[in-house]
Amino acid sequence: MSDAAIPAPQAVDAPQRSLWGDVWRQFRMHRGAMVGMVIFGLILFAVIFGPALYGVDPQFIDPRARNALPSWAHPMGTDNIGRDIFAQILQGGRVSLAVGITAMLLALFLGTLIGVLAGYFRTLDGFLMRTTDLFLALPILPLLLVIIMLFRDTLRAMFGPETGIFLLIVFIIGITSWMQTARIVRGDVLALKEREFVLAAKSIGTPPSRIITRHILPNVLSPIMVSATLGVANAIITESALSFLGLGFPSDFPTWGRLLFDGANFMTLTPARVIWPGLAISLTVLSVNYIGDGLRDALDPRIRGR
Amino acid sequence: MFAFTLRRLLYAVPTLLVISFIIFALLDLSPGDPTANLPLTIPADVREQIRISLGLGEPFVIRYLLWLQQFFINEPLNILERMTGWTIGDSENRMRVISWQTRSPVVDLIAERMPQTLWVVGMSYVVGILIAIPVGVICAYKQYSLFDQFGTLFAMIGFSVPTFFTGLVLIVIFSVNLGWLPSIYDTNLRVTSFETFWLQVKQMIMPVMVLALANAAQIASFMRASMLDNLSQDYVRTARAKGMKERTVLLVHVLRNSLIPVVTVIALGIPSIFSGAIITEQIFRVNGLGQLLITGIQGADLPLVQTLTFIFAFLIVAFNLIADLVYGILDPRIRYE
Amino acid sequence: MKLRHILAGAAAAAMLAPSAQAERGSDGQVNILYWQAISIMNPFLSSGTKDIEAASLVIEPLARFNETGDLVPFIAESIPTLENGGISKDLMSITWKVKPGILWADGTPVTAADAVFTWQYCTHPEGGCAQSPYFGDVTSVEAVDPSTVKVTFGVPKPYPYTAFVGAQSPVIQAAQFANCLGTAAPSCTEANTKPIGTGPFVVTDFKANDVVLLEANPNYRDPEKPAFASLVLKGGGDAASAAQAVLSTGEYDYAWNAQVEPEILEQMATGGKGEVISAFGTLVERIHVNQTDPDPSLGDMRSTDAHTHPFLTDVNVVKALSLAIDRPILVETGYGASGQATCNLVPAPEVSASPNNDWCLTQDLDEANRLLDEAGWVMGSDGVREKDGRRLSILYQTSVNSVRQGAQALIKQWWNEIGVEVELRSIDAAVFFGGDPGSPDTLQKFFADVEMYANNFEGSDAEKYLGDWVCEEFPSPADGWQGGNTSRYCDPAYETLHARMAETSGIEERGAIAIELNDMIVNSAAIIPLIHRGRVSTKSTTLGGVLLNSWDSELWNVADWYRID
Repeated sequence: MSDAAIPAPQAVDAPQRSLWGDVWRQFRMHRGAMVGMVIFGLILFAVIFGPALYGVDPQFIDPRARNALPSWAHPMGTDNIGRDIFAQILQGGRVSLAVGITAMLLALFLGTLIGVLAGYFRTLDGFLMRTTDLFLALPILPLLLVIIMLFRDTLRAMFGPETGIFLLIVFIIGITSWMQTARIVRGDVLALKEREFVLAAKSIGTPPSRIITRHILPNVLSPIMVSATLGVANAIITESALSFLGLGFPSDFPTWGRLLFDGANFMTLTPARVIWPGLAISLTVLSVNYIGDGLRDALDPRIRGR
Repeated sequence: MFAFTLRRLLYAVPTLLVISFIIFALLDLSPGDPTANLPLTIPADVREQIRISLGLGEPFVIRYLLWLQQFFINEPLNILERMTGWTIGDSENRMRVISWQTRSPVVDLIAERMPQTLWVVGMSYVVGILIAIPVGVICAYKQYSLFDQFGTLFAMIGFSVPTFFTGLVLIVIFSVNLGWLPSIYDTNLRVTSFETFWLQVKQMIMPVMVLALANAAQIASFMRASMLDNLSQDYVRTARAKGMKERTVLLVHVLRNSLIPVVTVIALGIPSIFSGAIITEQIFRVNGLGQLLITGIQGADLPLVQTLTFIFAFLIVAFNLIADLVYGILDPRIRYE
Repeated sequence: MKLRHILAGAAAAAMLAPSAQAERGSDGQVNILYWQAISIMNPFLSSGTKDIEAASLVIEPLARFNETGDLVPFIAESIPTLENGGISKDLMSITWKVKPGILWADGTPVTAADAVFTWQYCTHPEGGCAQSPYFGDVTSVEAVDPSTVKVTFGVPKPYPYTAFVGAQSPVIQAAQFANCLGTAAPSCTEANTKPIGTGPFVVTDFKANDVVLLEANPNYRDPEKPAFASLVLKGGGDAASAAQAVLSTGEYDYAWNAQVEPEILEQMATGGKGEVISAFGTLVERIHVNQTDPDPSLGDMRSTDAHTHPFLTDVNVVKALSLAIDRPILVETGYGASGQATCNLVPAPEVSASPNNDWCLTQDLDEANRLLDEAGWVMGSDGVREKDGRRLSILYQTSVNSVRQGAQALIKQWWNEIGVEVELRSIDAAVFFGGDPGSPDTLQKFFADVEMYANNFEGSDAEKYLGDWVCEEFPSPADGWQGGNTSRYCDPAYETLHARMAETSGIEERGAIAIELNDMIVNSAAIIPLIHRGRVSTKSTTLGGVLLNSWDSELWNVADWYRID
């Protein structure tokens, strides 16, 4: 019998692993998503702090400096009446991104609400799914125009012209983009509902509202987050398209789509007027899509850690 | 299966009714008097008569029913007559939906514009599918390779870059600077010889490519995702273990199974052919249904907008149903009760 | 009309004959692009310029104005005057003789009965004719014999060249339109889209809001014309792409109304495929100032004479607004060589152009500020003037058009500098100019404080045009918002003077009264004239014979166009 001390088991010196840590690690491995995040971050920073740092008023007209080429005074040149293009892009970015994010939040909220209700409560399912079909069939364009016709004056009186149109466009994009999220969430909720931990919660008498908020929602977070990123992309493109058709914000209110619309005629003279807003839209949407892609991979337990 | 179809059809009818109600209500609520577009020198009592015949004196419900009759009974009969050349019923006196801008029946306008849309947008859909499926298959097969990276990048770009941007850029490059391709679509071009055929091809290339890129991007990513799902299945391993040629495994087994969800996506996308890629038609001046809708909206031509909107909505509902049915038929694992 | 004007017109007409010995149809096809698409070929049922001009390819009036503003006979044999007895001594009737041997496109002869029928068609109480003002004061039109038309007026008309003169008042074939009187007018689709006329072309195919296909009229009175066998009149798109199609890519031979920034046109023209043509007529881009109150809270009474505008009826305020505008910059950024700053409503012809109003041609911000200070508008801390608790805030609307939006942005900035708060609105052109009583955005309804657009008059006599400014012509809900007095200007002294013009004959005398009337309007608070605009269109360098006409339809002499080899 030896009296040699059995060496104490070595404390395992590995860092604590949490779910979100794992997600972040997997996300980091997706090169496109990382690049997308950096680019999107840059764009966000530029549009939020840019106008304050750059200081030139996007609306200021200097007719003597029309159609100028890029220079120190005007990094992207000027348009045909002398407004600085760089300032317009920064300002326009604010509006476009604001519309994108707000509309996405609205769509997300509606989609999640309807998806969860439809998935969890059997009785509501049929009705809510038919409503989803209905909304899928509604075309955006005529809807938007009629609503603008009906509510423009009231909104203008209440909120002022720009905020009024902003609310209108956000509302329209929001109520026409929630259907995809609703379907996906409903699918996941239907599957989750049958899991043991939910059954256990039910059996101890947890009210449905608590079950939904405490158990179901955190688990459907992943498709919701993916939907969120794609929703921003979709909203930005829709707003640009509406501005391009002349149905968006008024003419003195720059958004990226509007700038593209105004610059289209001057393409051969000042290609900058088309390239920069077009690039801005494309880069933003591209980076957001890559982030969404990366998130989807990172949140999928089958891929994570592979 | 049959019961499922029947049930969905039964669901579709109230859905369509509700959609038509919403469209009617929205457009009815907008400010405007339908007799406002008639010449001003028409005396007030004649106007009143016209209003009554349109059911305007009646409560909302009666007006809606009259409108329903016009849209569901009169107009389809008119369309049928135009297509087949028969005369059905009291065709002369049947009230037609007249466009306010052109004073001619809306159905005639739509019939005129339909070929353009079908040609350009339909062709772009087909080209998009033809590009997307091989790209998706190869990307999935060689996952993480250079081709895959490029393929995904291409798909992402197709999603993200708006069609109006690509359209404009293409016009500047190919039409204005190089002069290879025309920038205005000639609706009168009749393909009678090789030369006119070649002209038709030239004027269709740009709008078709712009739309095809966007379509291809979407379908390619679906194809890739679906292939990836299938490639990791057990039956593929079995097939390989049995010594089947890689090509057979891929093209005969995996591809067929992967195509199923892709087919449903394609079917769901067909109504978008008819909403006609509105913006692209604007840029290239293809006189299709999308452009018709825009001119109708801009000119506040309510009957035209109502008819077109309802047609698009109807197509979406119909193709939703078809997509579900096709999915059920193609995939033996799905059995609807 | 003085004899020398007639002779000048005849000489001009003779000079129009092309030097090339082209035969009919020898030059193939000509392609024309109107970026507002054609919806109907009957000018009596449409007041859109594009429809009127398209129709002028097919149907013609008795006489029309040429590019210098002189009358030229078309269906008529010659221009009736007092000297040749065509106009009666008491100025109450005018007699036209139809050209002998002139045929409709279907081979039947043109007779005076067709003119009589046209009058009945357009004055039918239920027909809704858009050009009925052209038959104003006409009590009867009779066919004295098959080739003589006598138009009788109810009052002496010193200027009787209204009915059947100009593109707005062509003669239609009685046989074709026989069943289209009254309420049946809009539903005669065949006649409305393929009218039978005396013009150089006939319609072979009509696709509404898209394209019109025409071919040479086999029964056209000049066997050598038109030089083109077929014509394609395509519609759609916008001004810039239309100009591009002619100047850069050469796909079209002629494009109407290139209302695009001048630097773009210049750049496009460097390719050498086309050129920009312009002609000054009477087109003036102006800002109408609403003399009534457009406040939405007034509901049905908005922009009616029930309420006057709270501050825009003050002449000093409007003068200040006008002085703050730097018109030469507007010209430079929007019109280039095809625009001139102006302070007049009637800029041409010379005999009617007032020399008295130059005060607004240079920008004077100090004077503008002074005027507003004197009027009691105190500059607030946020840069916006106030008076009696009301902010000097203006809603400024116009149609969607990039040149106009540029002008709006510039004017907004200048007005901001004198302490006026400006909100801009742009409305789609089809709606703004559409005149639909159901839409709140038409220029007639004027639910804004100021609105900007351009207007002109046909022919060279300003009486009818100035007649729009009488109190009776207010657009109001009672008459479906029709009426030419957009600003809602009302001055009894103006009415008296205008009535006098209706009784005055002689070009110089009428011109002097026109100048007086013009001065009354532009020095009131109802209008801010901006730019005298020329018509600008683009044509291919291979297209010859084009004489841009700003007094009538641009396609007025399409019979004389030919291909330059």
